[in-house]
Amino acid sequence: MSVPLLEIRGLEAALVRPPHAPLLRGVDLTLDPGQVHGLVGESGAGKSTVGKAILGILPKAIAVTGGTIRFAGEDLLKMRPSRFFSLLGRDIALIPQDPMSALNPARRVGAQIADGLRLRRGMRGAKLREKVLSLLTEVQIADPEAVIARYPHELSGGMRQRVLIAAAFAVDPKLVIADEPTTALDVTVQKEVLRLIRRMQARHGTGVVFVTHDLGVVAQLCDQVTVLFEGRVVEQGATAAVLAQPAHAYTRALIEASPRHDRPDSGMRPIPEHIITALKAERVHGGEAADG
Amino acid sequence: MAEAPGEAIVEAKDLELELPDMNARVLFGRRPRVRVLHPVSLSVRRGEILGIVGESGSGKTSLGRALLRLHEPTGGKLTFEGRDITHLDEARLRPLRARMQFIFQDPQSSLNPRRRVAASLEAALALRAGRLDRKERRRELEVVAEQVGLPTPLLDRYPHELSGGQRQRVGIARAVITRPHFVLADEIVSGLDVSTQAQVLVLLKRLAGELGLALVFISHDLSVIRNFCDRVCVMRAGRIVESGTCGALFEAPRTDYTRTLLDAIPLPSPQPGWLDGAPDTAACRS
Repeated sequence: MSVPLLEIRGLEAALVRPPHAPLLRGVDLTLDPGQVHGLVGESGAGKSTVGKAILGILPKAIAVTGGTIRFAGEDLLKMRPSRFFSLLGRDIALIPQDPMSALNPARRVGAQIADGLRLRRGMRGAKLREKVLSLLTEVQIADPEAVIARYPHELSGGMRQRVLIAAAFAVDPKLVIADEPTTALDVTVQKEVLRLIRRMQARHGTGVVFVTHDLGVVAQLCDQVTVLFEGRVVEQGATAAVLAQPAHAYTRALIEASPRHDRPDSGMRPIPEHIITALKAERVHGGEAADG
Repeated sequence: MAEAPGEAIVEAKDLELELPDMNARVLFGRRPRVRVLHPVSLSVRRGEILGIVGESGSGKTSLGRALLRLHEPTGGKLTFEGRDITHLDEARLRPLRARMQFIFQDPQSSLNPRRRVAASLEAALALRAGRLDRKERRRELEVVAEQVGLPTPLLDRYPHELSGGQRQRVGIARAVITRPHFVLADEIVSGLDVSTQAQVLVLLKRLAGELGLALVFISHDLSVIRNFCDRVCVMRAGRIVESGTCGALFEAPRTDYTRTLLDAIPLPSPQPGWLDGAPDTAACRS
């Protein structure tokens, strides 16, 4: 067995201030190179917290309190800061949720895509420009020459998200964390952006951790899926298997709560109270997530 | 499916709407106007749920606001319970306001953050009931809280102390406390988790049935529309491009646009080939 690209074991996180409410309660996750792993759950499940913990960008109010995050065998949590920062933006990149706040409104988008290449790959001048243009072409932006000179507000939401995908893949990272990158987009644009992420990821052999609340997105994009509930892994496995035959009642309820446009009378079933109560009780008794 | 539909509550005939173009830079003089709605016709009957779906910028919210006469149409005719309200002035609209209500996407921003829930609901109640003494008001509030499944102690909380689902229940309570005949719900579940979404929709559907509401439900989510509405209008660029009963429209969409919208929604079970094919360059030009 080769070393997994990303191996998270027993990850715990909590609020820094008393009463130190726990946010992650022992999350395990393994990602092999070139795989897309979906993190799915309702709000408060901790899916974004896992993503941010990997990138070391947790808000100041939240701290990792236990566990390991190994990237290609090295524990990111125990690494010297200088080593960690050299990985960020080179081997590990982010596709954020809100392209408007992730892009600097006062800088042209070409310069922003170029940052990673300049800082991490030492590219300059004509070669750098060439590379930025080819990246924009790769993310299917028509007329890249014009787009590099634009400011973020001059682009549509879908275009901005493409720019961020270009910036993330610019440095040929081994791992990309995508934090709900299509939540704010229209469905037709979302589909294009998902296709693009899939294609870039396959072409570059990148491992992707994809945070989303949408089981539909998971079903189409992710090879593996982890279902989280209040900071705990409820169920984990190959996407097709988990969705077709969920082992855990919570996963089943989550699927049944989601409406589908291809079936009448689907969805609209709130997750039964007793499932939530049972999950919370498991936590109190401190056992491992007992499936079934 | 549903019982025999009642009389038309809201009817729009060739409704047109032009609004000032906020993107235009004008120093002096009038802002140029943009056409938001090309002639649009629809009707909603008592006890019926009509879905309006479209992408951002398709005009669905503007249409909703026009139906409530929050915008004055620039053409066509709008009737409410048989009465022409197309150009009615605000003074004459006011007595009708209690019977036409709305629920917004984010009750956090539509509820006054410095007022307790009870105060916000009382303000709406005053639209219908005028002056009531404190006991009577409280009783009315408790009845409506019960109707929407909001625990009564929460009436004395501030909006920020409630969860998203609870706030949306307050939004619904605020709308139904005036005993409306027509309710417009604009993207009311888009920020909610699927389970909370299901709770809110089940509640609204039950209330709409019990109160015999004519309900217009605006959403970008065709999956929700199919399972919640009786009929649906698909909007694009200020026009209704297709409409019909949910059963017919979803089983056999007649326009390419509706098909494109349907194909773009990922289903929660793998659809082989859904992500195949080159991303479309044309879709991102703007």
